[in-house]
Amino acid sequence: MAKYVIIIISMVLVNNYPLAQFLGICPFLGVSKDMDSARGMGIAVTFVMVLATAVTWPIQQFLDSKGIGYLQTVVFILVIAALVQLIEMFMKKNMVGLYKSLGVFLPLITTNCAVLGVCISNIDSGYNYPQSLFNAFGAGLGFLFAMIIMAGVRGKLVDQSRIPKSFQGVPIVLLTAAIMSLSFMGFGGMFS
Amino acid sequence: MEKKNKLAILANGLIKENPVLVLVLGTCPTLATSTSVVNGFGMGLSATAVLICSNIVISILRKIIPDSVRIPCYITVIAGFVTIVQLVVKAFAPALDKSLGLYLPLIVVNCIILGRAEMFANKNSVIDSALDGIGMGIGFTFTLVIMGSLRELIGAGTWCGIPVLSRVMPGMSIMTLVPGGFFVYAIVMAFVHYITEDKSKIRDGFGCDGCAIADDCVDGSGCAKEEVA
Repeated sequence: MAKYVIIIISMVLVNNYPLAQFLGICPFLGVSKDMDSARGMGIAVTFVMVLATAVTWPIQQFLDSKGIGYLQTVVFILVIAALVQLIEMFMKKNMVGLYKSLGVFLPLITTNCAVLGVCISNIDSGYNYPQSLFNAFGAGLGFLFAMIIMAGVRGKLVDQSRIPKSFQGVPIVLLTAAIMSLSFMGFGGMFS
Repeated sequence: MEKKNKLAILANGLIKENPVLVLVLGTCPTLATSTSVVNGFGMGLSATAVLICSNIVISILRKIIPDSVRIPCYITVIAGFVTIVQLVVKAFAPALDKSLGLYLPLIVVNCIILGRAEMFANKNSVIDSALDGIGMGIGFTFTLVIMGSLRELIGAGTWCGIPVLSRVMPGMSIMTLVPGGFFVYAIVMAFVHYITEDKSKIRDGFGCDGCAIADDCVDGSGCAKEEVA
């Protein structure tokens, strides 16, 4: 059990995807404008990550057994795209409330490198099935965590600070991310 | 789209619509692989190869692919080329393969490539699309090399492995780590904002124009559209 706890904590704090591994930067910078969308995106990503891992891990075993492991990239991205589409259709029909809050984020997730990244890194680091699922869940939580902090900081930034003209827009967000990732470096080496 | 001359298409990606600094696409590989000049250049070349090939193929197929399933079709084409590049790099440049690691297969989800397929290749002729791919690729590589140079010079005191600053002062290794990536990207982008005379060309946020899935997106609420300040 302790092993799984360590996986989750290390994915949330030490190897946080946007802040320590540069995965999922696009939504991290893009959708963190307000708290509600940041939270929605974070939850949707966590959800898709766990499901995508649940599907792609057995597929990789199948590919390996047939000796065609090099098809990984093609197969994974298509499976993820199809999966996201399916989730969206299923939600639209059966879970209208959830669809209204998370639905808009789903199409964006296909092109989110964090999802494909977690699937591939699970295979690369040789995790077994339950470890992979926990790893994906931890990565999602870490993403959600970073999104919420970023949304909180940006909420203050826009209203209450005078930003030099050249730094307005994207650069100031990047600087904020730099300072945040600097503080996350403090967790480095905790479990490695 | 009006007829543009070939040179303008090529130059477009380099400066006016630089994918990384102006369109703000492909941020993940930019930050992750610009730790040194060699890594940045390798990543830039790999992505350029995929970009040119996928632009050509998608442009050839643009009348055949049905509109409703175009995104999965594009992804399949791109993933095919990424696999080829992956195998080539693994065979001929194993050191680069090791340092790029996870980010090599992740070229598939590089928004520059899907974005150019959607914005340019499916509307333009094969030659124009190839030129656009070359221009955008050079723009991407150029930015990566600039950022890689800055980070390597300050972080390790070397350029392409040749000691430059390290004779005078010790490297600040923070620049080659994660915070340095964000920091250098912010500074370079702010500098581009500063020197660009025509401020209207600068995006204040992450525009929907560059987004590959703009059509599926409900009035930009899913993505990052920011009001112009």
